[in-house]
Amino acid sequence: MKLSASGPNLLSLVGEGWGGGCQGNGTKELCPPTLALPHKGEGKAPNPPPQGGGKSPLALNKGEKMSKVRVLVGTRKGAFILTADGKRQQWDVSGPLFGGWEIFHMKGSPVDPNRIYASQTSGWFGQIIQRSDDGGKTWHQPGTPPGEPTTTSQGMPKGESNKFVYDTSPETGKPLTTHQWYDGTQHPWEFKRVWHLEPSLSDPDDVYAGVEDAALFRTTDGGKSWHELAGLRGHGTGAKWSPGAGGLGLHTILLDPSNSNRIFIAISAAGAFRTDDGGKTWKPINRGLTNPYLPEPTPEVGFCVHHMAMHRSRPGVLFMQLHQGGGVLRSDNAGELWQEVRGNLPTDFGFPIEVHAHEPETIYVVPIAPYPGRYPPEGKLRVYRSRTGGNEWEALTNGLPQRDCYVNVLREAMAVDSLDPCGVYFGTTGGQVYVSPDSGDNWSPIVRDLPTVLSVEVQTLS
Amino acid sequence: MIRVVLPYHLRMLAQVGAEVQLDIPGPVTQRSVLDALESRYPMLRGTIRDHVTRQRRPMLRFFACTEDLSLESPDTPLPDAVASGAEPFFIIAAIAGG
Repeated sequence: MKLSASGPNLLSLVGEGWGGGCQGNGTKELCPPTLALPHKGEGKAPNPPPQGGGKSPLALNKGEKMSKVRVLVGTRKGAFILTADGKRQQWDVSGPLFGGWEIFHMKGSPVDPNRIYASQTSGWFGQIIQRSDDGGKTWHQPGTPPGEPTTTSQGMPKGESNKFVYDTSPETGKPLTTHQWYDGTQHPWEFKRVWHLEPSLSDPDDVYAGVEDAALFRTTDGGKSWHELAGLRGHGTGAKWSPGAGGLGLHTILLDPSNSNRIFIAISAAGAFRTDDGGKTWKPINRGLTNPYLPEPTPEVGFCVHHMAMHRSRPGVLFMQLHQGGGVLRSDNAGELWQEVRGNLPTDFGFPIEVHAHEPETIYVVPIAPYPGRYPPEGKLRVYRSRTGGNEWEALTNGLPQRDCYVNVLREAMAVDSLDPCGVYFGTTGGQVYVSPDSGDNWSPIVRDLPTVLSVEVQTLS
Repeated sequence: MIRVVLPYHLRMLAQVGAEVQLDIPGPVTQRSVLDALESRYPMLRGTIRDHVTRQRRPMLRFFACTEDLSLESPDTPLPDAVASGAEPFFIIAAIAGG
């Protein structure tokens, strides 16, 4: 079987349908089907050198030589992979992958950059997990290969990479069956999609998944099967969690590099939570947050956290972008207490927040006017940078549209690379992906006309 | 031999053409057709029916011989023309979106 899809939006199918990317005995019939990245190298997007600074565009900074970056972009209608060398001025744009599907998130393993996971989702067909073992060239769904029995010889089902089933076993304590709905009534927990994939810091087969309705799942077999860390939903406040306008999604997963048992997560609109025992038990970490929309403005849970970030050198310091009325916050004690640091930002509303790769006190946000339409204030797209961990902010505008701009930047759509100088990236609902190769001083678009950008992640490759 | 016509995105997932053919021992019903389809193409499990409840996903429908069979019992025998392979069993995705 050799199919070759035509047209720019179709995926090419390679080999006998099962070519490449498989592990195990490698026989073609038993290898999972693989999708190949279309028209790699097309769509080259030469970018003008950053304005200002006086540095020759041909000059290399420390860390740029022999390095490259791979930007993983998830959109409403497929995935795109953008690559460049360390100068980050000439870009190759590949895609779309999984055309027509929402790609909520893609992320590579920090210990094996060739291992990349993608959350592919659809209102029609549900959730798919895709995996690449070759840096995004080919993809397959982990799990039982075509034609192979779907149960073991004992009759037990084999791994199903898109099967996310809430744990209701008695062993989990008091498994929940409902959470709070918009109208205050209780509503059954219903799996909808994977919002975030977080590969572990030590094993490419070990990945966490944050899902809607909010729960944390984990695979330890490279995505073939997933199990819930049910202690999160079952720790005691789960019945009080209610969805934000976008759903009850677990969107942030931060792994503590200094303590493999410590994980931070955030849920819209429940709040932030932490485990110190590898996910068995959890506690809300929302003290210091305020919610002006609730009768009690400082409940234990009930906060629409938009995103959180940490610097790996200081995992006890967390930064948070909260919904309007909550602002931008930081915690210096692993979430035990938060303090607002919005300072001179034009609004306290926005979605992403990121930390500079080499400066733990340098953080980035994109303020959005909450009213009337959740777009950049005054139609000016501005990234704000604080070099003091908050409170004092400067607008970064060079190369960004400063008139008639009404896009948004979603919570997963900002990332940094680890080159020196640090590169900063973000994607917009208008389909632009911008890069700053100099920590935010200058910006230029890598691409301008993608579908709505849902997520941006960056891999720095040596 | 049972013929099943898949919507575009499921063809892409299974890496097949518009129509697949399945051998089904025993009664030909929605359940037996979908069981055979998912067994041969495991990547389709969960995309047509819920993993746990086995209910049809809400934005998909089943047609055969110009009839909408979506609300029929999954164990009702499919039309003879489907069982004989004269007519295909259609899995149709709702036309929606932008």
